[in-house]
Amino acid sequence: MSIAPVFLLALPLGLGFAAAAAVPAMRGRGAAQLGAVTAAVALLVYLLAAPGAAEPEGLRAGFWAVPSLGIAGGLRLDGLSLVFVLLIAGIGALVLLYAGRYLKGDPRLPRLITLLLLFMVAMLGAVTADDVVTLFVFWELTSLASFFLVGYDHEKPGARKAALQALLVTAGGGLALLAGLILAAVAAGTTSLSGIIAAREAVLAHPAAAPAMLLIILGCFTKSAQFPFHFWLPNAMAAPTPVSAYLHSATMVKLGVYLLARLNPIYQHEALWQDVLTTAGLLTTATGALMALRESDLKRVLAWTTVTALGTLTMLIGLAPALSATAAVTFLVVHALYKAALFLVAGIVDHETGTRDAAALGGLRHAMPLTALAAVLAAFSMAGLPPFVGFVAKEIVYEAKLASGSLAGPAAMVGFLVNAAMVAVAGLMSWRLFFGPRRPTPQVPHDPPKSMLAGPILLATLGLLAGAAPSLLGEWLVDGAVASILGAPASAPLKFWHGFTPVLALSVATIGFGLLLLILWERLMPRLRRTAALDRLDTARGYEAALAGIVSWSDGTTRTVQHGSLRGYMRVLLLTCALVPLALLAWRGGLARPEGAPLDPRALAFLLIALGAIACALARGTFAAVMALGLVGFATAVVFLTFGAPDVALTQFTVEVLLVVILATVLIRLPVRARDSRTARQRGADAAVAGVVGLSVTLALMAVLAEPFDPRLAEWFGAQSVPGGHGRNVVNVILVDFRALDTLGEIAVLAIAAFAVLALLRGTKAERQAGG
Amino acid sequence: MEIALSAAIGVLVAAAAYLLLARDLPRGLIGFVLLGTAANLVIFAAGRIGTMTPPLVEPGATALAAGAANPLPQALVLTAIVIGFGLTAFALVLVMRAHAAFGSARSEDMDAAEPPACTEAAPAPPETGFVRQPARAPARPLREVV
Repeated sequence: MSIAPVFLLALPLGLGFAAAAAVPAMRGRGAAQLGAVTAAVALLVYLLAAPGAAEPEGLRAGFWAVPSLGIAGGLRLDGLSLVFVLLIAGIGALVLLYAGRYLKGDPRLPRLITLLLLFMVAMLGAVTADDVVTLFVFWELTSLASFFLVGYDHEKPGARKAALQALLVTAGGGLALLAGLILAAVAAGTTSLSGIIAAREAVLAHPAAAPAMLLIILGCFTKSAQFPFHFWLPNAMAAPTPVSAYLHSATMVKLGVYLLARLNPIYQHEALWQDVLTTAGLLTTATGALMALRESDLKRVLAWTTVTALGTLTMLIGLAPALSATAAVTFLVVHALYKAALFLVAGIVDHETGTRDAAALGGLRHAMPLTALAAVLAAFSMAGLPPFVGFVAKEIVYEAKLASGSLAGPAAMVGFLVNAAMVAVAGLMSWRLFFGPRRPTPQVPHDPPKSMLAGPILLATLGLLAGAAPSLLGEWLVDGAVASILGAPASAPLKFWHGFTPVLALSVATIGFGLLLLILWERLMPRLRRTAALDRLDTARGYEAALAGIVSWSDGTTRTVQHGSLRGYMRVLLLTCALVPLALLAWRGGLARPEGAPLDPRALAFLLIALGAIACALARGTFAAVMALGLVGFATAVVFLTFGAPDVALTQFTVEVLLVVILATVLIRLPVRARDSRTARQRGADAAVAGVVGLSVTLALMAVLAEPFDPRLAEWFGAQSVPGGHGRNVVNVILVDFRALDTLGEIAVLAIAAFAVLALLRGTKAERQAGG
Repeated sequence: MEIALSAAIGVLVAAAAYLLLARDLPRGLIGFVLLGTAANLVIFAAGRIGTMTPPLVEPGATALAAGAANPLPQALVLTAIVIGFGLTAFALVLVMRAHAAFGSARSEDMDAAEPPACTEAAPAPPETGFVRQPARAPARPLREVV
């Protein structure tokens, strides 16, 4: 059977978008069911595509292109992508089904379903993208969907704050990623992801190779909640539980890990890549494990263990041996299965009992036996007990760590402590909640309906089945993904029984220590919580401080720049206008002296202008200032008259007479303070500013006049006036003929000004009458 | 000659700037008119000055004689004078209205759009005239959101 790859790869995305568009028109559970069916169909399509994805090249489909920008967009499904799309679509179907029941009766349910579907499409798009542009767009779309989903309860300030935090951290990291991807794409000469990976040598040889790599790592770390950006993930638990199960444990937070794995073929032999990934991974995993033991809120406990798992995955990608890639993929699948199941169980417990405080819960197995079954199955996988797939994963993770040479010691040590913490948390989620003494709860619990149970039971059972036949999982899913991560085919068979090896001994010790932690949990948790030193691991304080710093910085800047004083603005404007020409003059090499005509008596008019201006500035009263203004105007008219511009002089005379009469009439009637209200000191400062401005204009004008004059325009008008415009007064011909449209515009401006003046004056008159 | 004109224009601009910086609007308005005059003179000077001959084509001739003044800046300045007059008239009426609305012609009192931070007790404006925005609340909204 051969179906066009384009169809197989685009159909799930198209279906998802279509369903997301249709859902808002639907009500309640119908919306959730449509969503679940859509996700299930997407899963089926990807299963159909699986054989093609197993080929070395994978399935590939070019979609769109912007040739002028050198962008060729496309989708590609290979082994690594296959693992992700199956998890995304499969868990998506179960979560959507669950959400319909979990939020039954909530009028906002269709909105939640729409956002979950959009998120699913974005995730599917991001992990099947074969070019950096598509990848980035879908990547940011997942951040956006996460923002709206975390802020689902938008009436709660906590939810809004957590949503903004998640968005700022992940979308901010997304910008770093964009920069890194562009650098890598430029180095490789193509935007295609497979092209960039193929051009490995060129990418590494580029001068900006290290910054590009670090920027990409930064983007991945924020998305996948690596230390020190891990703080947003536990806070994102403000979202409804189905969202936490889907976005913040199984899929979205693994997108960073996905990209690290995807680009590993380029960077895997770089020491910096290995060091950064293993260090951050170890720190993250240890932090998550410690913090998980400090919490009693089920969702926050699980969130911190997710941080732990993400750290482990990052570290495994950074470890050199090929075995670690197998370990990473196996652990990724295993973690998604059990963690989504446990989140859904936590949601059920919360939903049914009215609390999700682990310290207040216990003995629920009689009230909700099926939930207890799902929880135990998933928890066994999490604890890494045989015969669950979690055991297989833990063994191979240990094996990979022990084989990692110089890092083997610390990696195995941290792994031991972290896995023991995982055993304790698994015990908390199963033993403590469902066994032991029954503790009173706000509501009387019972098993939820099938649609809510389907998810956890199915996911937990899958964990058991995969554990029973690990080689099947290995051949069918893991090997293909490992080949993508290493950039070369590889096969490390997944085995259930390795014999009596050091790894087995380590496993047994881990479980023993974990059980000890579980027994001590009730005393250990409050003590850890009180330990102030551990608060420092919560880097949200740094985020808060940075945010407060930005706000107060912009506050200060606004107050400095936009201070509200009109005089202040005027001063800045004037000084800018003055200093720019001065700087230009200095850059051109100093002053220039125009070669001009010698002084003659006409210069007396210049003197009058200057004297009038000074009188204007220093006039004590408004009336005197208007008179001085008139002097300037008439002296200017004299300049025009004596320099061969009688038309201009005539206009200037007319306008000046009108202006002086009007100004005098109006300003005298305003009871304004006659004297300048500035203090002597202010006047001195203003005079200094004014002096700089005047000097700047003088020097600039001299520089202009020192340049040779280009008379072509003047000559053209002079020559064309008679033949073209049939007029001997060239100025008139220009105004009414060559530039007639300008003159029309001038008339329009005057008319508009007249109307505006009229309207404003009428308003004043009406008010005066109304005010009596 | 050019240097003298440049210096005169410089003085003119300086006086205009000094008046624009004053605190009352009528002085600012006069500074505005001076600045317009200075701009006209700059345009006029940029077309080169010196000759006294107006740009008129002699009877019988078909082109302007070589020694005539440059006609293009004159046309531009003519337009500019008239438009400047319209603008000044409009600004003058605005000053009148502002005075009617605020009871003051001081530019510092006209801060409804951007009240200075932390000064709550600005005099209440009269009911008529410019719509005054409510004074900014002391709390900073951005910080609350974050």
